Amino acid sequence: MTMNSARANNDHHHWRKVKNALASTATFVSALLVIAPLGLVFFHLLVNGASSVNWDFFVHLPKPVGEAGGGMVNAIVGSLELLALASIIGIPVGVLGGVYLAEYGKARVNWMLRFVADVLNGVPSITWGVVVYGLVVLRFKGFSAYAGGLALGLIMIPLILRTTEEVILLVPNGYREAALALGVARWKTIVHIVMKTASKGIITGILLALARIGGETAPLLFTAFGNRFWNHSLSQPIAALPLQIFTYAISPYDDWHRQAWAGALVLVTGIFCVNVMVRILTRGRTASVV
Amino acid sequence: MANPHPTVAERVERPAERPSTAEPAPPLTFEVKNLSIWYGEKRAISDVTLDVASNAVTAIIGPSGCGKSTFIRCLNRMHELVPKTRIEGSVLLQGQDLYSITVDPAIVRRRVGMVFQKSNPFPTMSIGENVVIGLRLNGVRDQKFLNERLEKSLRMAALWDEVKDDLHKPGTSLSGGQQQRLCIARALAVQPEVLLMDEPCSALDPIATAKIEELISDYTAFFYLGKLIEFGPTTKIFTNPSERQTEDYITGRFG
Repeated sequence: MTMNSARANNDHHHWRKVKNALASTATFVSALLVIAPLGLVFFHLLVNGASSVNWDFFVHLPKPVGEAGGGMVNAIVGSLELLALASIIGIPVGVLGGVYLAEYGKARVNWMLRFVADVLNGVPSITWGVVVYGLVVLRFKGFSAYAGGLALGLIMIPLILRTTEEVILLVPNGYREAALALGVARWKTIVHIVMKTASKGIITGILLALARIGGETAPLLFTAFGNRFWNHSLSQPIAALPLQIFTYAISPYDDWHRQAWAGALVLVTGIFCVNVMVRILTRGRTASVV
Repeated sequence: MANPHPTVAERVERPAERPSTAEPAPPLTFEVKNLSIWYGEKRAISDVTLDVASNAVTAIIGPSGCGKSTFIRCLNRMHELVPKTRIEGSVLLQGQDLYSITVDPAIVRRRVGMVFQKSNPFPTMSIGENVVIGLRLNGVRDQKFLNERLEKSLRMAALWDEVKDDLHKPGTSLSGGQQQRLCIARALAVQPEVLLMDEPCSALDPIATAKIEELISDYTAFFYLGKLIEFGPTTKIFTNPSERQTEDYITGRFG
């Protein structure tokens, strides 16, 4: 080996090391940029809202304008009621639709259903508010918890439908065949073998859909409308955490601003907890399933 | 058969009908007549006529892609799960046409069990649940009866002694060979009249496979390119085949 080629080799080696370092740094910085927004949001919420998150916040109704203090208990409970109403519509339709797509259905119909679901998943959420306003609020002449729940439920359907379909398609065909070969009816095979095998994935999809609609504000603006008091009937307007945050944040009062921060902190923490639950559920991913 | 659709419970009550082997002509389990099967345009099985004797082991041999799996899947109507399949000819199970429109495929599959090439215990279930799930989903609730079937099936599959203290453990925690025996126990638990096994020796080397086929089976059918080439007593097929193609395959001079 001559001196020249040895030097060339050395240069080459050096340059390769530099490229490696550059690429590592770039990926590390990108990873930081991914985490940074979450960190910033949490930090900001903690600084501005933590002082206002106290016992009163969870047990008191809002105080009349001009009076300091009070809480958002009605909005927290209202949000839970709306999520429950949305689940009644969104979970059965979404899950059964997903099962149909994965287990029954003809290729052409399925293609159309999938396409429609994907388009619906991309529809801006305020559109659902407008649609439900036209269909329900105008017809029954009033804002109501039902209307809010319906708007949220309609958002849930395509989300759950697609995740359910995907996890059911992941169940190996061998399990279906094994059950059918035992003389088990098709629907029993689907319910007791296929859906049971995919249950973690289905529940994960449902939780993610709940986390998604839990923070929706726009579809509630002219359906649930919001309420400063307890909701005594589901056919009456109802408070929801995101709505209350919106109302308080655009108000001119400092005390309301603080409460809006507190509400945002509670909402983000709740959604964060749901996501952690999803992580725990999907952690034990066994060889087979989802 | 008197009642064409006996429930599992009824069949379980009734002592197994085991015709005496002393009868002059051996009783037939399957009578396959002029069976042809198409996947779409492709003809997978051509005009197979074959009688399968009761209380005997019949092996089906042949190179891969010759229609062995397709053929046995027609014997319990499992091939219907593949879209665009078409069938011609008839299959009689103890004299009853399996493809008659009044016959429910689920009932056929209860009478004709199947074990697959790849072991597939249900991952969400324990060893014990895996064995009795067929009975459970077919409506058997009697816990005492289920426990009896559980032990008996595992004993028949030669797995009882290895798992009797671990029945609550997941079926997937067993080794590969144990999982396959668990699948056999699961198929036996519903007390099928016939057990179909798709490539039961696939994990063995070809020489061991040939030995087992020769040792265990009473009758052997040789398939090639979707056609039944030769069928007869195993000793004859393996030692003195009538067809040239059979001899080439058996002696390993094939293709």
